[in-house]
Amino acid sequence: MNSKQFFRKYGILVVLVLLILFFSAMTSSFLSVQNLFNILRQVSITGIVAVGMTYVLLTGGLDLSVGSLLAVTGVTASMLIVKQNVNPWVAMLAAILFTTLLGVVTGLIIQKIDLPPMIATLGMMTIVRGLSFIITGGLPVYGLPAAFAMIGQGYVWVIPIPVIIMVIVFIVGAFVLNKTYFGRYFYAMGGNQEAARLAGVNVNRIKVATYTINAFLCGIAGIILMFRINSGQPTAATGMEMDVITATVLGGVSLSGGEGRITGVLVGCIIMGVLSNGLIIMNVGEYYQMVVKGLVLVLAVSFDKISQRNTMKNVSMKTVKAV
Amino acid sequence: MKELLELRSVRKLYPGVIAMNDISLKINQGEVHALLGENGAGKSTLIKVLAGAIEPNGGEIIFEGKSYSHMTPILAQQLGIGVIYQEFNLVPSLSISENIFLGNELRNGILINKKKMLQESKDLLRSLEIDIDPSTIVRELSVAFQQIVEIAKAVSRNVKVLIMDEPTAPLTNHEIEAMFKLVRKLVEKNVTIIYISHRLEELFEIADRVTVLRDGAYIATKNINETTKDELVNLMVGRPLTEQYPKRDNPIGEVVLDVKNIYAGPILKDVSFQVRAGEVVGFSGLIGAGRTELMRVIFGADAKTSGEITLYGEKINCTSPADAISKGIALIPEDRKLQGVLLKMSVSNNITLTSIRQLTKFSILNNKREMKVVSHFINKLRIKTPGSQQLVKNLSGGNQQKVVLAKWLASNCKVFLFDEPTRGIDVGAKFEIYQLINELVGQGSAVVIVSSELPEIIGMSDRILVMNDGCIVGELSKGECTQQKIMNLASGRMVV
Repeated sequence: MNSKQFFRKYGILVVLVLLILFFSAMTSSFLSVQNLFNILRQVSITGIVAVGMTYVLLTGGLDLSVGSLLAVTGVTASMLIVKQNVNPWVAMLAAILFTTLLGVVTGLIIQKIDLPPMIATLGMMTIVRGLSFIITGGLPVYGLPAAFAMIGQGYVWVIPIPVIIMVIVFIVGAFVLNKTYFGRYFYAMGGNQEAARLAGVNVNRIKVATYTINAFLCGIAGIILMFRINSGQPTAATGMEMDVITATVLGGVSLSGGEGRITGVLVGCIIMGVLSNGLIIMNVGEYYQMVVKGLVLVLAVSFDKISQRNTMKNVSMKTVKAV
Repeated sequence: MKELLELRSVRKLYPGVIAMNDISLKINQGEVHALLGENGAGKSTLIKVLAGAIEPNGGEIIFEGKSYSHMTPILAQQLGIGVIYQEFNLVPSLSISENIFLGNELRNGILINKKKMLQESKDLLRSLEIDIDPSTIVRELSVAFQQIVEIAKAVSRNVKVLIMDEPTAPLTNHEIEAMFKLVRKLVEKNVTIIYISHRLEELFEIADRVTVLRDGAYIATKNINETTKDELVNLMVGRPLTEQYPKRDNPIGEVVLDVKNIYAGPILKDVSFQVRAGEVVGFSGLIGAGRTELMRVIFGADAKTSGEITLYGEKINCTSPADAISKGIALIPEDRKLQGVLLKMSVSNNITLTSIRQLTKFSILNNKREMKVVSHFINKLRIKTPGSQQLVKNLSGGNQQKVVLAKWLASNCKVFLFDEPTRGIDVGAKFEIYQLINELVGQGSAVVIVSSELPEIIGMSDRILVMNDGCIVGELSKGECTQQKIMNLASGRMVV
């Protein structure tokens, strides 16, 4: 393996290690077991959604509506529990199901009408956010049963429950992508939709499936978020698509589809967590943090584009022989 | 005659392929110089070297007495070397005159002088004896006129050498006549033409001299009035045609695929044919005759308007490729890179993409079985790859095509539709693909080959069907088939 290949494969891990070393050296409180679990807890919601976003980006799509989907899940579940006295388990399932159906709708719009995913999900982002406000009448919903708060705040031994859920989501997500036949189809479709179709892949079904899977995971994340903030907030997770897309692309998933691994996405999420945790400990102001996060997204995508361009060069070099 | 352009031992290497092997060539001022050669002979590479799109590994280019080690796109333009590619570089939403002056706009200070551009375009088109309004939007033009706009664009930039890559391929007979007139007009204006075409007949009409390339090497240059078509074919192919194609003598069985009265899209009109077990049926015709469209309809990739398809006596109606594959029909598409392989995926994943469900239990992949299938096909087809996990984009064209074939062989199909199976791959790999096709029919599969290479169609097929303008216009048996007969049918000059 030459240095370039090494960097492509493990570069992201190197970045993570360097960041940890940097913050450990600069602050005394960064490197502790408690803080590291703290970081994982902070990234757990982003992480769960990033698994869904990975599926979307792999097929060459994009989903900007994730933040709104989280909010609508929390709002729906909390309204059912608090105002309708529905059994909390039933309410949670119903809310996740509702959010998943919204994903089916997004997928169908994109597949049937062939709308660009950016436009379709930009529309959904606003529609679903509006729905969240309508459902609650614009106000937050308080009064969730305390016994369930552990889903968002509890621990098993020292490990936060959201982290456990995230790890399960990552394992299942990776298993489906790498070990099942339809996992292969996501890569095939993102690599070249027409070639995949002509090879017998049902690309229409896969397209709808990606947005459905993504919305389902947003539903799970939405429930965790609801119990973490102990309320149904129509404004919850505003701007979250930014964090999720940054973490996913940082983790090596190509925006043009067909390339990326779930393990990389996990590292990408942790990098985002380490960065924001470390900056807070170093007392860097929130406004500066926004600048840093935006820079990270632009850098990550630039890296993806540049390595794309290099491979494109190779391809066209070899194509010239034809005719 | 004065010499304008010379190549001296220009060489271009790609991993595993010599695209140009020390090619030397002289082009005279004001002549129409044709380049002739099979696919993969090195014509495209030569054009790209002259246009500055690629840099050769060695040799020199002499233009008007000055020597250059390589061209760049800008240098080529400054020197007056223009290329009309098969895909046009026009902006469809702009007018003819805006396209002609694109990047070279006539200005009044910072304002565009639209009036002057229109006037100059009009003068230019008139001097070429083309009767069309330069304010027309390019999108509304036919292919023939779009090509004329490309040529006008080159002329407006004082082109000295105009390279034309298969300019007549998309044109109708009538349009070809007009195109030749334009070429002669250009020669009058002292423009030198490098003309690339597969159609031997038209070279005798338009060219002054012909240079033949084969497998990346220079073979010969002939004055057109001192040569014959047979001589050129022999130079192109380099050996008697029969040796290129492996023999087969399997029995031909019952009808497998029966296509009746297919209408589809704007092109296909009442197409009917049959293919038997163990038979290779060749489809010949010009580009745009509807051959690819027909294959796609049979494969379920495009919808048909009406008609009936019967497979093993059973009526089928495939609405998607997945459907067709489950019935046992395979399509090896013409555009390998866009439709055949997944460049970003590994050799292994490409080979098992279609048959992957057979390698699973409860949807979960059996990696060991997958590897076994993959290595079986890598060995059987002699796919040259460092390993099964190598990305397909790193393989040569011939090996990529073998990966596509492996995918379909692994899928247990019984009817194989090959659309240009050997386009752009070298002679050695071609032969191996022919052997594979013979093996398939030997096992009782039914094979259809669509090919624009006449020797290939003649060498490989048991029967040849010729299409023109969406219809099958004739059938030729192996014995009676000649290139001349096919070309006459394909161009609509004769109906059997």
